[in-house]
Amino acid sequence: MSTVITYREAIRQAIREAMEKDERVFLMGEDVGRYGGSFAVSMGLLKQFGNERIIDTPLSESAFTGAGIGAALNGMRPIVEIMTVNFSLLALDQIMNNAATLLHMSGGQFNVPLVIRMTTGGGKQLAAQHSHSLEGWFAHIPGLKVLTPATVQDAYDMVGLALADPDPVLIFENSLLYNAKGDLDTASTPLAIGKAKVHREGKEISILSYGISVFKALEAADILASEGIDAEVIDLRSLRPLDDETIMATVRKTHRVMIVDEGWKSGSISAEIMARINEQAFFELDAPMGRVCSAEVPFPYAKHLEDAALPQPDKIVAMAKKLMEES
Amino acid sequence: MKTDSDIVHKFYRDMLLIRRFEEKCVEMYSREKIRGFLHLYIGEEAIGVGVMHALAPDDAVLATYREHGQALARGVHPNRIMAEMYGKLEGCSRGRGGSMHIFDAEKRFYGGSAIVAGALPVAVGMALADKMMKRNRVTVCFFGDGAAAEGEFHESLNLAALWHLPILFICENNLYAMGTAIEFSHSETNLAKKASCYRIESHQVDGMDVEAVAEASESAVEKIRDGAGPIFLECLTYRFRAHSMFDAELYRSKSEVDEWKKRDPLLVLQQRYPSINIEKYEHEITITIDEALNFAENGTLEPRDDLTKFVYTQGGVQ
Repeated sequence: MSTVITYREAIRQAIREAMEKDERVFLMGEDVGRYGGSFAVSMGLLKQFGNERIIDTPLSESAFTGAGIGAALNGMRPIVEIMTVNFSLLALDQIMNNAATLLHMSGGQFNVPLVIRMTTGGGKQLAAQHSHSLEGWFAHIPGLKVLTPATVQDAYDMVGLALADPDPVLIFENSLLYNAKGDLDTASTPLAIGKAKVHREGKEISILSYGISVFKALEAADILASEGIDAEVIDLRSLRPLDDETIMATVRKTHRVMIVDEGWKSGSISAEIMARINEQAFFELDAPMGRVCSAEVPFPYAKHLEDAALPQPDKIVAMAKKLMEES
Repeated sequence: MKTDSDIVHKFYRDMLLIRRFEEKCVEMYSREKIRGFLHLYIGEEAIGVGVMHALAPDDAVLATYREHGQALARGVHPNRIMAEMYGKLEGCSRGRGGSMHIFDAEKRFYGGSAIVAGALPVAVGMALADKMMKRNRVTVCFFGDGAAAEGEFHESLNLAALWHLPILFICENNLYAMGTAIEFSHSETNLAKKASCYRIESHQVDGMDVEAVAEASESAVEKIRDGAGPIFLECLTYRFRAHSMFDAELYRSKSEVDEWKKRDPLLVLQQRYPSINIEKYEHEITITIDEALNFAENGTLEPRDDLTKFVYTQGGVQ
């Protein structure tokens, strides 16, 4: 039942199927309708579903995200698309102060079944207001779930998983992945929210990552294999909740760990993962943990500088070798 | 407005309940039974009571952190509101919200939002859902003059008008955003005028006159149900007490407060209808409030082990 399609098409197909199945599902965001989606994810959906369910919004991130919350409270299953994670900061009040808090603040009376999708990540020379990876920030917030699909299968599955969830779920799509092709099996059972996935089995070092960094880690693992180092690559898939079980299992297996993350290091999800390993599996480690993250700068425009700011396979290889040399 | 006298008496009683309830809150605050922030509705009772009069049970209400009055007027039980302020399990938000976060699903009372203007976008979404599902319901959103300076106010009014949503905006203009007078906050102090820039039908209403508020609200709700789109009422009012219990009121004069007290909504109504039996209502309300205090005092504390409940829906993915 497997077909090869792009990451973009997989998301579109998942949205289309959800909207066909459930009249409560609708899509709302900037340019999702007439323009076809700023990254063309929703291309064609307006024609199929009409402008009452594929809703073009003005540039009012806070209001349309809040409207998603209100619609969710009032029986709908909205999907809000925010063009990029940097723009989501304009909606941070609604996401943090309403979506994440209403259930708890109301003593369990009002859950918010809202899905927010947005793009994340650098690599397109879009400079310091369109390139950051802030999903780790959102993972800080109790009440939210944070998903980071890397594969075509997850791009498809996670839309359905998020819509089926009774609470707010944020999906971060790395915009460089939209054209990536991969296998999609719509009949397979999706791996649940909060489960990480071992993408490549290995015995000597574990590389934990998510989103586009998974592919950089896999590329690095191939290089490492050619040099005799057997790396395991884990796709975290979900930054909140984190899959402690799978993380600790790989630590116990390889005893050496590194994390690859396009976010910055300071106060980050990579720091959180290291802290958890420290708390839960410290004595399993044969070497200090390592990280390859983005350089601590607002992203630059010039290509050579942006490339230098991002995690790259050669940096991952170098870090892995360094950790292997530690006794 | 064709006022039948039963309604007038109910207005008086409902406003008096809020007045006395709030006074009791101050007392319990000073006795440290209530903690955190406490924002009183004293002086503004006519708005909550007048607006709620116009609503049906399946309409939705969103309010601010100064919302005890709206909650009471909407019919949220005083026992559960008081228990909430005591931080008790029997409170309407199980003690997790406090004074600023009163919620009641049964009354379709959606809080209790303490981010100024933060409820407006949510109200827009609630109204959007009703429109999409073709439900003939109205969403009412309360906020103050301070909110009209926030971006979310402008974004939300634009969306509500653009999408022609069944929403009633109630701006409680009490002339101060905490301690900053409206002329220091707004280039245009006529807030109804701001709303009308979004092509929203807007009116200024005497917020000290419950009959005026009720009449304007009834007319607005009727139009909204008939498909008129959003309507904006700027209710001109005044808060007789400090912003919160931490406010020394350095920013306004006692004479200004006294001047407004001459327009006390209870006084206005009582002077208009001398037959209102104040003593009877005082007596009934004393009993109601005593019961609320008893209920709160005898309430239980949620076990500490339940602390992390309701971060995610039970049965959902944690």
